[in-house]
Amino acid sequence: MTFPDLSPLWLTLQLATVTTLVLLVIATPLSWWLSQTKSRAKPVVEAVTALPLVLPPTVLGFYLLILLSPQSAFGAFWVDVTGGTLTFSFAGLVIASATYSLPFMTQPLQSAFEGLGAAPFELAATLRAGPVDRFFTIAVPLAGRGFLTAIVLSFAHTVGEFGVVLMVGGNIPGQTKVISIAIYEHVETINYADAHILSVIMLIFAFSVLLVVYSMNRRFPVRMG
Amino acid sequence: MALDLDITLRFSDFDLAVNHQFASGGITAIFGRSGAGKSTVLRIIAGLEFRAKGRVALDGKLWQDDRICLKPEDRDVGMMFQDARLFAHLTVAQNLAYASRRAKGLTGPNQDTVAQDFDLGPLLGRYPQGLSGGERQRVALARTLLSRPRVLLLDEPLAALDDARKASILPYLEQLRRNTDLPILYVSHSITEVARVASHIVVMQAGRVVRSGRLEDVLSDPTAVPVLGVREAGAVIMARIIAHHSDGLTELAVSCGTLFLPRIEADLGGEVRVRIPAQDVILSLHRPIGISALNILPVVVGSIFQGDGPAVAIGLHSGDDRLLARVTRRSSDALGLTQGMACFAVVKSVAVAQGDVGLMQ
Repeated sequence: MTFPDLSPLWLTLQLATVTTLVLLVIATPLSWWLSQTKSRAKPVVEAVTALPLVLPPTVLGFYLLILLSPQSAFGAFWVDVTGGTLTFSFAGLVIASATYSLPFMTQPLQSAFEGLGAAPFELAATLRAGPVDRFFTIAVPLAGRGFLTAIVLSFAHTVGEFGVVLMVGGNIPGQTKVISIAIYEHVETINYADAHILSVIMLIFAFSVLLVVYSMNRRFPVRMG
Repeated sequence: MALDLDITLRFSDFDLAVNHQFASGGITAIFGRSGAGKSTVLRIIAGLEFRAKGRVALDGKLWQDDRICLKPEDRDVGMMFQDARLFAHLTVAQNLAYASRRAKGLTGPNQDTVAQDFDLGPLLGRYPQGLSGGERQRVALARTLLSRPRVLLLDEPLAALDDARKASILPYLEQLRRNTDLPILYVSHSITEVARVASHIVVMQAGRVVRSGRLEDVLSDPTAVPVLGVREAGAVIMARIIAHHSDGLTELAVSCGTLFLPRIEADLGGEVRVRIPAQDVILSLHRPIGISALNILPVVVGSIFQGDGPAVAIGLHSGDDRLLARVTRRSSDALGLTQGMACFAVVKSVAVAQGDVGLMQ
């Protein structure tokens, strides 16, 4: 028995890691704003960020393909700056995955922030802590479990995505051929042995990650004041 | 130091409008029923009610007026809430450090002194969820002080505690009153707490200040009975411990006689504050004999106030002390009570509850 090419696995982990990091940077302030704002725009923004939950991945993939292609303003700008195209590239995959997994980061974070209520922030303000100070010293640590959930869900969701990646990235080994696509390809070519091996790896990986997370939740219960 | 307040805030069911100057030194109690707007006044001073309009100034330094409104973090307030609001992710020591780190360069107590004053040593390494309600409030009070504020706002700090825990915190509040000259605003709906710790009182009803002044003056004023509530009315007088008797009673000297109370744990010569509820004072034209009550003081009738209902409130002078009695109008008429008349006040010993005894040193 020969072992299948594992580069799609590494690529997937790389993509999921980068996507999760990008989402942390983008979704944390967005979730914080959503949790605090009284703006009338809030439901609109919430609906937009939740779109990827409802839209078929092919619809999302289709629009992303149009947005990222060199014919669009954004795609052309990217080509000007970097020299490469976004479609069928790792960078394009990151943008697509981040869009696709956005609600998996924002929703746990937003509800974690909302769950804190106003009380700890009012108190911190009377202790001379300004807004940025309050965010990093109170909101972030108290929303720790929300962050953990958001990170795990975003990472896992990115690992598991298929449709959007196929639409935007295609199937270029080492660049855009992630594990779900490799498995699909093995099945298409009736190479069930390799499909089995990659699938089992994914199964064990997914289970291990979740097991670690749930064990950590048990050992470090979130402290309630 | 003085805190100047002239503020309004519109609610759906009433408008809050308070124009008051809070004196420094000692504790000013803001007293009233729940919903009177007491806590809101503190929140406005702290800058936590963004819709509030008007003027807030401490010692002439403007915190808020028509043009400016400092954020809570830029006002020198320390606020303590009914729920301690300790940060759950920080230990007691870290909670204290959170306050002191942000108050560097200001004058005020340091962490070691405060931890010692509030007996926090054994708690420092623990997390808030492992503390009792009383311990949490102690830590919260210590943390508030470490923020080195120039005014202390205490919002029902004891309301969530049972009597035993209340009794364990009150000495710290009394110590605070003695050791600091910060203006302290103390919101409470409990007259026994107020009588024990406050030097001034501001009575609020439906968003307005309806009465204010020195505690002894307001609590012994017959016309204040309707705003305080008939159960709450009752004078506060100073007494000195002169003997502990073997039958479990403590004898106290007041300016015109002596009082016997269930034993008070304090040294001879100590000054204590006792509250005498107006409804537990009986008036008699002659010194009663053959009566089980131990506490009988000679008094002179001051003003008589007829409110709504069948009762009258009667101000009494007993030496330098002022008492307050509440009797039916029928009794008052039958006795022919008039201003300047000498009579006797019978104070039911049991009426002077242990909880109403405050230690003053």
